[in-house]
Amino acid sequence: MTATLEPPVRGSRLRDRAIRVAEAATTPLLPADYLDLFAPLRSGADLRGRIVEIHPETRDAATILIRPGADWAGHVPGQFLRIGIDVDGVRQWRAYSLTHGPRRDGLISITVKAVPDGVVSNHLVHHARPGTLVHLEQAQGEFVLQGDADRLLFVTAGSGITPVIGMLRNLFPSTDEGVLRLERSAGLDVVVVHVAPSRPDSIFIRDLEALAAAGAIRLIARYDDEHGVLDVDDLASIVPDLAGRRTLACGPAGLLDALAAHHERAGLDLVVEQFRTTRVEAGEGGTVTFADGRTLEADGASPILDVAEEGGVLMPSGCRMGICMGCVIPMTDGAVRDLRNGEVTTAIPGETGAVKVQTCINAAAGPCTFDH
Amino acid sequence: MTTIQTRAKTGQDNPIAHLSEADIEAIGAELDRIRQSVLDTRGEADAAYIRRVIATQRYLELGSRAVLLGSALPPLWVLGTLGLGVSKILENMEIGHNILHGQWDWMRDPKIHSTTWEWDNATPAAQWKHSHNELHHTYTNVLGKDNDLGYGIMRVDEEQPWHPFFLAQPLWNFVNACFFEYGIAAYDLELGKNLKTPKDKRSAEFKANARKVVAKIRRQATKDYAVHPLVALPFGAFLPTLAANFTANVIRNVWSHSVIMCGHFPEGVETFEKASIEGETRGEWYLRQMLGSANISGSKAMHILTGNLSHQIEHHLFPDLPSNRYAEVAPQVKALFAKYDLNYHDASLPKQVYSAWHKVVRLSLPNGWLATTTAKNLPQQLGLLHKMMTGSRRERRLIEKRLARAASLLEAKARSTDAAPEAA
Ligand SMILES: Cc1cc2nc3c(=O)[nH]c(=O)nc-3n(C[C@H](O)[C@H](O)[C@H](O)COP(=O)(O)OP(=O)(O)OC[C@H]3O[C@@H](n4cnc5c(N)ncnc54)[C@H](O)[C@@H]3O)c2cc1C
Ligand code: FES
Repeated sequence: MTATLEPPVRGSRLRDRAIRVAEAATTPLLPADYLDLFAPLRSGADLRGRIVEIHPETRDAATILIRPGADWAGHVPGQFLRIGIDVDGVRQWRAYSLTHGPRRDGLISITVKAVPDGVVSNHLVHHARPGTLVHLEQAQGEFVLQGDADRLLFVTAGSGITPVIGMLRNLFPSTDEGVLRLERSAGLDVVVVHVAPSRPDSIFIRDLEALAAAGAIRLIARYDDEHGVLDVDDLASIVPDLAGRRTLACGPAGLLDALAAHHERAGLDLVVEQFRTTRVEAGEGGTVTFADGRTLEADGASPILDVAEEGGVLMPSGCRMGICMGCVIPMTDGAVRDLRNGEVTTAIPGETGAVKVQTCINAAAGPCTFDH
Repeated sequence: MTTIQTRAKTGQDNPIAHLSEADIEAIGAELDRIRQSVLDTRGEADAAYIRRVIATQRYLELGSRAVLLGSALPPLWVLGTLGLGVSKILENMEIGHNILHGQWDWMRDPKIHSTTWEWDNATPAAQWKHSHNELHHTYTNVLGKDNDLGYGIMRVDEEQPWHPFFLAQPLWNFVNACFFEYGIAAYDLELGKNLKTPKDKRSAEFKANARKVVAKIRRQATKDYAVHPLVALPFGAFLPTLAANFTANVIRNVWSHSVIMCGHFPEGVETFEKASIEGETRGEWYLRQMLGSANISGSKAMHILTGNLSHQIEHHLFPDLPSNRYAEVAPQVKALFAKYDLNYHDASLPKQVYSAWHKVVRLSLPNGWLATTTAKNLPQQLGLLHKMMTGSRRERRLIEKRLARAASLLEAKARSTDAAPEAA
């Protein structure tokens, strides 16, 4: 028994020892710091990617093709990834949906719409260049197909089409010979209600129209300039068999809130993906103290994440809107207020223990102390 | 040099006597404006700069260590040692010192951040940040507060009483230069003070910090004096590599010691009294940094190798601005000095090093001794010195007074002859 166990153990011990020697040779840096000079995308490195290509979709949206590092674990269509990119020399993290299924060439793509004054979206759409190294995290997110429903309704608005196009492209791959009908999508009945300010402003509208022309989906495009703003209460008349479908929706908070209310009244399930959160009135602020003793003044409207970054504290972050949990740090003492719903979370030493707080959507509600 | 405050009291020329309170605040406002102009334009090019320097240093280190594998051959030994020395200088000065100041924290890159960086130096980054950023930069050139002034073991000012013990200070200064990284570690630990404290009374904090220093020194020494020499063993270069690493460390130590001495120690740089900084305004703080620092002039390469501490004045005014921007603000700062008739200390590296060493030697001797000594009276002067070393304290004080009087007479004479040609 030991005979079969020994070789791998010895192998790993040898490897451990080699690693320790390499570390002793490079201290105070790590061997990885030197390897990164030559192979930043190698297996074992921090997950990164290199931008391969950027092509415009509309006048303010573009698709970014990225070669991910060797440790990229793949994704399920509909999921998003967190990407860190330096804009004006400052590392910024944001979340973007993957807009395709698994690809043969191993590349991944995101499609970004530039929002007014948006730091990262404008940079990606208008200024980023192929060859740029970006920082990545593995794909995550629950906005995916479960495989237990054949009749689907997608409601998308604006850039909310991105996770949905990822799912649709995976279900109905488009080739030179047209849209392929695969076994995995044979029994599906898909309706897409797509809302946009106008047709030229619609990302992926040609893809959607091609899918509709091939009979893969039924597309109901609603343009504000042609049809007026969509009233969610009209949904039942636009999609008469609404009740028999599973609804997946992605778009601005206003639409999603209205849809949630509508479906709740109708007793229907709804799966949503939100890119941005709405915020409630701010409360009183406070102070934020970090493990190194630094104390910062924080008003009641500013997320602790913003306050800390402004104050020079190195903070983990991701979507910056309370979705990915990339910004969570333990609060040992004090109270914070959730900017989405006003809910106050309190940590009392010796009673609650350290409470994990999402710093991107919580503001100080009095003095609070973080173990970070 | 005597502290600014004493000189004002004793009627000697005070370099800031002509400044009104409003002037000082105007200087502060102008410096704030200069600082903001850099913050407003800080961006991608700066980030690219520090990444380029870091990559260059790492390539240089790898290259030098590779060359040292062949260091059994003397030319390769010289090449590898120099390369490694320069790499270590870059790593400590332009990279480590400045990152640990938080100059690059704004990039939010966890790999280039004051809270995560560790450097190739005996003293752990955290302890150095405390003694350097918090103490030295706050109490710049304040006697008894700023340990950078003589590290607590040197006589750095006329007002510090002379003792025969200080005669050896040029020697200590030299030894300190060669092993500077350990000197820094010792003074970050306040080793002198703590060793005087009985063992059982030393603080838990000191003990924990001392353990960290020992661990850091062990890791550093293992790397330079065991792992790399052993890697070179198959190439027959164990001892040459070990010697090369030792030499590179000494090169780095002597270099950084020289640069740091040049920053605050040359003749003419002002020192301050403890009481003077109580209730200091932002303008007054700026003024102290302006008068308490000295620059080194020279080539771009020299500036980079000093970690831009050659712009010591700018660095002390704006310790958290990216070092690559000091050169750009220097002319503006210099113009401000000129506008307010202040002395902008700036000289070449050899001049500043000589000036700093001259001061070390001068202060190792009793006040006025060096100034009153000529080749002719050397025997008598040595006799005086001998008396001061062996005589009672009273005798020492008497001779000190005599020397001081003789020196001030000489100075007055020099001044009147200086003035004579002008009058004519
Ligand atoms: C799970 C998830 C998936 C996402 N997928 C995508 C995607 O596939 N494609 C895509 O383009 N974006 C997507 N986003 C949004 C994206 O992460 C960024 O929030 C968006 O690109 C704006 O970032 P910014 O740096 O440009 O704007 P910021 O500089 O952060 O914000 C600038 C201004 O724009 C406003 N703003 C922020 N976000 C939006 C928004 N979505 N719409 C309108 N105004 C906004 C802010 O309130 C602020 O006033 C996703 C977000 C999440 C959470
Ligand atoms: S950054 Fe994504 S939850 Fe806070």
